[in-house]
Amino acid sequence: MSTVVFKKTEGLTDKTTHYCPGCTHGIIHRLVAESLEELGVLGDTIGVAPVGCAVLAYKYFKCDMHQAAHGRAPAVATGIKRARPENVVFTYQGDGDLASIGAAEIVHAAARGEKITTIFINNAIYGMTGGQMAPTTLIGQKAATAPLGRDPKLAGYPIKVSEMLATLEGAKFVERVSVDTPINVRKAKKAIKRAFEIQLSGEGFGIVEVLSTCPTNWGMSAIEALEWLRKNMMPKYPLGNLRDDNKGDN
Amino acid sequence: MTSQALIIAGFGGQGVLTVGKLLAYAGMVAGKEVSWMPSYGPEMRGGTSNCHIMISDELIGSPVVAPHEATSVIAMNGPSLDKFEDWVAPGGHLFINSSIIERKPKRSDIHIHYIDANELAKEAGTMKAANMVMLGSYLAISKVLMEKQILDVFTKVFGEDKAKLIPLNEKALNSGKCAIENR
Amino acid sequence: MNKVLMKGNEAIALAAIKAGCKCFFGYPITPQNEIPAFMSEELPKINGSFVQAESEVAAINMVYGAGGCGVRVMTSSSSPGIALKQEGISYLAGAEIPCFIVSVGRGGPGLGGIQPAQSDYFQATRGGGNGDYKVPVVAPNSIQEAIDWTYKAFDMADEYRTPVMMLIDGLIGQMMEPVSFENQSCKEFDRSGWATTGTKGKRDPHIINSLYLEPRDLEIHCLKLQAKFDLIRQKEVAWEEHNLEGAEIVAVAYGITSRIVKNSIEKLKEKGIKMGLIRPITLNPFPVEAFSNLPRSVKSLISIEMSLGQMVEDVKLASCGKYPVDFFGRTGGVIPTPEEIVNYIEKLVKEGK
Repeated sequence: MSTVVFKKTEGLTDKTTHYCPGCTHGIIHRLVAESLEELGVLGDTIGVAPVGCAVLAYKYFKCDMHQAAHGRAPAVATGIKRARPENVVFTYQGDGDLASIGAAEIVHAAARGEKITTIFINNAIYGMTGGQMAPTTLIGQKAATAPLGRDPKLAGYPIKVSEMLATLEGAKFVERVSVDTPINVRKAKKAIKRAFEIQLSGEGFGIVEVLSTCPTNWGMSAIEALEWLRKNMMPKYPLGNLRDDNKGDN
Repeated sequence: MTSQALIIAGFGGQGVLTVGKLLAYAGMVAGKEVSWMPSYGPEMRGGTSNCHIMISDELIGSPVVAPHEATSVIAMNGPSLDKFEDWVAPGGHLFINSSIIERKPKRSDIHIHYIDANELAKEAGTMKAANMVMLGSYLAISKVLMEKQILDVFTKVFGEDKAKLIPLNEKALNSGKCAIENR
Repeated sequence: MNKVLMKGNEAIALAAIKAGCKCFFGYPITPQNEIPAFMSEELPKINGSFVQAESEVAAINMVYGAGGCGVRVMTSSSSPGIALKQEGISYLAGAEIPCFIVSVGRGGPGLGGIQPAQSDYFQATRGGGNGDYKVPVVAPNSIQEAIDWTYKAFDMADEYRTPVMMLIDGLIGQMMEPVSFENQSCKEFDRSGWATTGTKGKRDPHIINSLYLEPRDLEIHCLKLQAKFDLIRQKEVAWEEHNLEGAEIVAVAYGITSRIVKNSIEKLKEKGIKMGLIRPITLNPFPVEAFSNLPRSVKSLISIEMSLGQMVEDVKLASCGKYPVDFFGRTGGVIPTPEEIVNYIEKLVKEGK
């Protein structure tokens, strides 16, 4: 007799994704979809896809979706949640979308305590447009628009989005995770699920920042990219919970 | 009744917009066509404020009183007289709050009415009612509406809790009328 | 009829609520501030939602969110704010989201001024958003008409799944006139085939989207949008004709300017000059038909605007070179007087134009 030990989540469609080999978007999609399925809210969920590598995410999540203009996903999600408070609403955004062009939208959605969940993919680079410098690009990191590496004198410093948003009272859950190892994937899943629970309890805004790789634009193999993430990104963007106001209650 | 094209002007706090609203509202209830157009923007903040009011038996075209076409102008302070004296149509009426306007108008082709509005309002109970005194004078000349028609809509414009102010405002309207009739 | 005296901005807001508007997203800007203020007070009473957004850009994207999930939604702004909303309007048109946008015009360019102007005719009818899209634009000239068209605009938005814009100016927004909300009703629409409401596990996901990576797919989508606009052109175009019988000159004016022109027409009558008026009520689609059967007496057209000449281009296109088209306008927040229009027309007549 055989037992099912792993099954594809109901939360994803059967479409083949367009993501590059070794990219961690696929894992994160699965974690989001699994969380929604396990919480029993997939049929109530409305997601918002960004502009960037995840622009086609509306084809992959098996729930109602909006495709938003660049950076505006938190505003679109605000409109959805205000119109349909009974639905579960999430945004899925990259670092260019969220931390650069959409900086105002994410800060104010968090400040208002919008009851939405944001999944923030930080891979320190613009992927879709071809490896340009992102707000989260590390000092010295090379990019198509920083050929000699990011020079703080010319391009300033990386933004620590989670630390910044954690200062806002409306942000009830903020955690930075990574999907570089099986144990970190499990921790990421836990955080994502918790962020949706915060939304379901009506507490306020929740965000999970997921450190992610971009082997293609970093110019590395998938394994090298994971190594690079651990060696370079983690020290600058430490993993851990930055805010979970009512943890004690649960 | 011929069409009325009225400008009421003064400084912020003299109630030029509200007294205009009261007149327009009463006109509407009386079955007339009316429009009320306020000035807006920085001039409201501390400077002069004004509204243009049209009252007519026919559909109103432009709600803006054109220069030299106002049938009446009520000037509550000096800057308003400076600004709107020229707007009065030949043969039209200019109502001047003589309590605070010292200068005399230059025009000789219009009817000029000096009303000691602040003093009369004080006598009626409060200086705040100077706008109602001026309205009383305007009604006495224009005959566009009866005082009672104004008082009947008082609570509709200002709310039921202001009903207690009706006797005071009636007094103010009346003293404005008397200022015209008894001169 | 039960009449109340209301400010244009407030009347539009109340009409919107009566038409079933449940959500409003806006950002402060003069001279439209009464609309969000009214909405912030009234929407919570009917379990609706008001959000003062962080910017016009965010506000229009909130409209995209709420409209996409099938709720009647609106925003309002004024010239520089509408400029910021253009990106969102393009997305709304592309994703076929019904919504109502009120533009209360003021002088420009740049920060410009805050007094009434019609220099955003191009902004409204052409739009600054990217791509092959068109947004229906209506321009009432009284507060009652603004109310009536607010109901109609919401219905049109649902009927054709499109954003609909109402273009007024600071004057109509700020002034008060007697109005009635009686005899108004809105149609019922079934949005269950496209709105995002959650699949409940019972249907395929609904996707609100304007992205088509295959050129042919995008072309088909644009052709569909175009066909929709052609249908609007057939069914929804509106205009008013005034004093056309025997007119030698026909003025074309919309919004508040049309009322000033009516005063000029009366004054011209006294001088023995017969001027008529065509007042476009829908600016987009433009009432081209209004120019096809003008009386034989008509010799020329003149577009009169509170701008330096924007609608005049549509007048030229609509009249197909059959008539000389002149222009008179004031801009920057200066309201033309009936007298100066009269003087200009008299000069034209003297010069034999």
